[in-house]
Amino acid sequence: MPDSAHASWGRYPASRPAAVTRATDRHRAVPEAATPVLAYGNGRSYGDSCLNNGGTLVETRGLDRFIAFDPTTGVLDCEAGVLLAEILALAVPQGWFLPVTPGTQYVTVGGAIANDVHGKNHHVAGTFGRHVHELELRRTDGDCLHCSRQLNADWFAATVGGLGLTGLVTRARIGLRRIEGPYMDVDTRRFDDLDTFLKLSAAADADHEYTVAWTDCTARGRAVGRGWFMQANHKPALGQKPDPRRRGAPAFPFTTPVSMINRATLRPLNTLYFHRRWRSAWRDTQHYQPYFYPLDGIRHWNRAYGPTGFLQYQCVVPHTDARASITELLERIAAAGAGSFLSVLKVFGDVPSPGLMSFPRPGVTLALDFPNRGRPTFELLDALDGVVMAAGGAVYPAKDARMSGAAFRQYFPEWRRFSAYVDPGVSSSFWRRVMEEAQ
Amino acid sequence: MRKILIVGATSAIAEQAARRFAADGDALFLVGRRADRLEAVADDLKVRGAHTTGTHVMDADDLAAHAPMLDAAEAALGGLDTVLVAYGTLPDQAACAAEPATAVAAWHTNAVSQIALLTDVANRFERQGHGLIAAISSVAGDRGRASNYVYGSAKAGLNAFLDGLRHRLFGSGVQVLTIRPGMVDTPMTAEFDKGPLFASPEKVGGDIHKAIGKRRAVCYTPGFWWLIMTVIQSLPRAVFHRTQL
Ligand SMILES: Cc1cc2nc3c(=O)[nH]c(=O)nc-3n(C[C@H](O)[C@H](O)[C@H](O)COP(=O)(O)OP(=O)(O)OC[C@H]3O[C@@H](n4cnc5c(N)ncnc54)[C@H](O)[C@@H]3O)c2cc1C
Ligand SMILES: NC(=O)c1ccc[n+]([C@@H]2O[C@H](COP(=O)([O-])OP(=O)(O)OC[C@H]3O[C@@H](n4cnc5c(N)ncnc54)[C@H](OP(=O)(O)O)[C@@H]3O)[C@@H](O)[C@H]2O)c1
Repeated sequence: MPDSAHASWGRYPASRPAAVTRATDRHRAVPEAATPVLAYGNGRSYGDSCLNNGGTLVETRGLDRFIAFDPTTGVLDCEAGVLLAEILALAVPQGWFLPVTPGTQYVTVGGAIANDVHGKNHHVAGTFGRHVHELELRRTDGDCLHCSRQLNADWFAATVGGLGLTGLVTRARIGLRRIEGPYMDVDTRRFDDLDTFLKLSAAADADHEYTVAWTDCTARGRAVGRGWFMQANHKPALGQKPDPRRRGAPAFPFTTPVSMINRATLRPLNTLYFHRRWRSAWRDTQHYQPYFYPLDGIRHWNRAYGPTGFLQYQCVVPHTDARASITELLERIAAAGAGSFLSVLKVFGDVPSPGLMSFPRPGVTLALDFPNRGRPTFELLDALDGVVMAAGGAVYPAKDARMSGAAFRQYFPEWRRFSAYVDPGVSSSFWRRVMEEAQ
Repeated sequence: MRKILIVGATSAIAEQAARRFAADGDALFLVGRRADRLEAVADDLKVRGAHTTGTHVMDADDLAAHAPMLDAAEAALGGLDTVLVAYGTLPDQAACAAEPATAVAAWHTNAVSQIALLTDVANRFERQGHGLIAAISSVAGDRGRASNYVYGSAKAGLNAFLDGLRHRLFGSGVQVLTIRPGMVDTPMTAEFDKGPLFASPEKVGGDIHKAIGKRRAVCYTPGFWWLIMTVIQSLPRAVFHRTQL
């Protein structure tokens, strides 16, 4: 039976670890195991990078202690199982914010490092790993390494974005970002095609810390790429409005027998959302919670995709020919009647990523969900890979459950150098899959 | 700001309760066996808002170490108004059944040492005329069962001791709280398959924080265990002996 307590967020593929252990004391060695181990953070990766079928998972959520926080400098030292949500609860009331945040706050610091995650401010802040001053890495042979850009710099570069394969990260020191309050100044506008998106983005990136767009993945022809563009900044202090603590978000109650996102609902939902307002542009003030984490408002929303789960696909294509490549990707998706409601476009900046295996690189990134319909879905994703490979782009391992080893090795040309740092006592379903025909 | 001593501060349950105290801005003195773990807990509680955190290494089995530890806690916090006794061990029942010394050792930690410690604390609090004593017992103390009666009987002894202590201190200004958790997902139960009856240490720690705030006498946590234990206690022996509890 697959282990539903340790599934990935896409609930695909099914997996069953041979054993599950817990790390609760950062002073202790990685728990001993009969099979290769893998750190399991909060399971917010979509595919199989946090799975270890037949191996041992080491739960890290028990490493959830803060170590030090200096409210004058914003430097936080904490254990690797601390959730970004817990950092926000601590730091926001003291005037500090995460330097980089993904679209969910329910990820651990260790997970954020291992996937070198990015957010809507990539064009100014780069990836999460850039804000990690130092980390502690425990190897299964008992070694304990302190790594930073100066100290054991090669290990730092391998571990940031290293997919948990270099060992167990037990603690990290992170530089937070100053804010005056919990509110965001958000500017939202509709755009009718991809060209307009690229222009809006180029114009906004200079004076907005956060930019991202929702795109209608059912649009075709001249409308391809149309959607809503959102640019935002942290708002300067406004009065003493209390910080509305959101608690007990409603949960999606059960796994629906079939995916709620299907051919019948896909187009109407997207079209309705595109035309959701009569006005095509407005500005408003939003609390940071709904602004950054709209999906966290419904716990277990992934259950809406039914028992077969879903696949995420996030790629980046270089700036040259980005327009043509993204158009081709979106056309293929729309033609297949695939995709979902949650499709996102964003322009990555040229801030270099610190990890050997980091995904973010200059270009345009597209991310979307696909309900798992079996073969047609996998064939479509392979075709998308064809487009991304031809464009010289890459696909994000944190969201992948199916890319071929050949594709992976083209996307991540440093994989050979990286493999020298992989802990021989560590492995993952993802790593075994993409390394199968390597050597 | 309360001045709280926690004995067994590295226990998963105690740590969660302590996070609530820290958020309240209380001053905490943390006692346990391992210095590095105690420091990790103390640092965390400091970041979470604890007014001050002191630490002290002690093995509670060493009864002679209790009084110096209490002196150190009083000196560090400038007096005490709350004591939470959270340490304990869950011995292997089969090993206890096979070897008298193992059963006695389990009793030493879970009953004898606690009685020694609580007696000293009670006398200090009675002298100062105020204070709250909270100790973590267990639903296992409500009825001896084949699967864990050595542990259960030590907790039963602790329960009766706390009942008597509460009776003795009635009217003295000193409160006594017996905490009876059900099954909790902590290192103590690492080897168990976790069914739906298992609660998280966050839940139980939160209940303890609330019960201390409300100055309750007995706290089942989660609350539904009160009902379960009432049923189990009232089962006729003929029926009880046929169960696998
Ligand atoms: C709704 C949603 C929105 C998202 N938005 C974004 C986004 O905008 N940008 C983005 O970049 N990502 C995004 N993600 C992906 C998510 O941020 C990453 O997958 C993240 O790594 C998940 O962290 P986790 O703690 O859940 O780790 P897991 O998913 O459990 O594990 C992820 C990887 O980290 C490793 N790992 C975890 N802890 C440790 C440790 N202590 N030491 C060593 N290795 C460790 C694991 O072995 C695994 O390889 C999103 C995910 C969701 C569900
Ligand atoms: N978990 C459950 O299902 C459950 C149910 C009912 C009641 N309880 C009770 O809850 C309390 C806390 O347990 P827990 O579940 O939080 O388990 P835990 O995390 O394993 O904590 C037990 C703690 O007791 C400490 N300890 C044991 N012997 C000691 C000694 N001689 N001197 C000093 N400290 C000692 C341990 O210290 P070290 O870290 O040094 O080992 C550890 O910190 C215990 O009284 C337990 O009986 C637990």
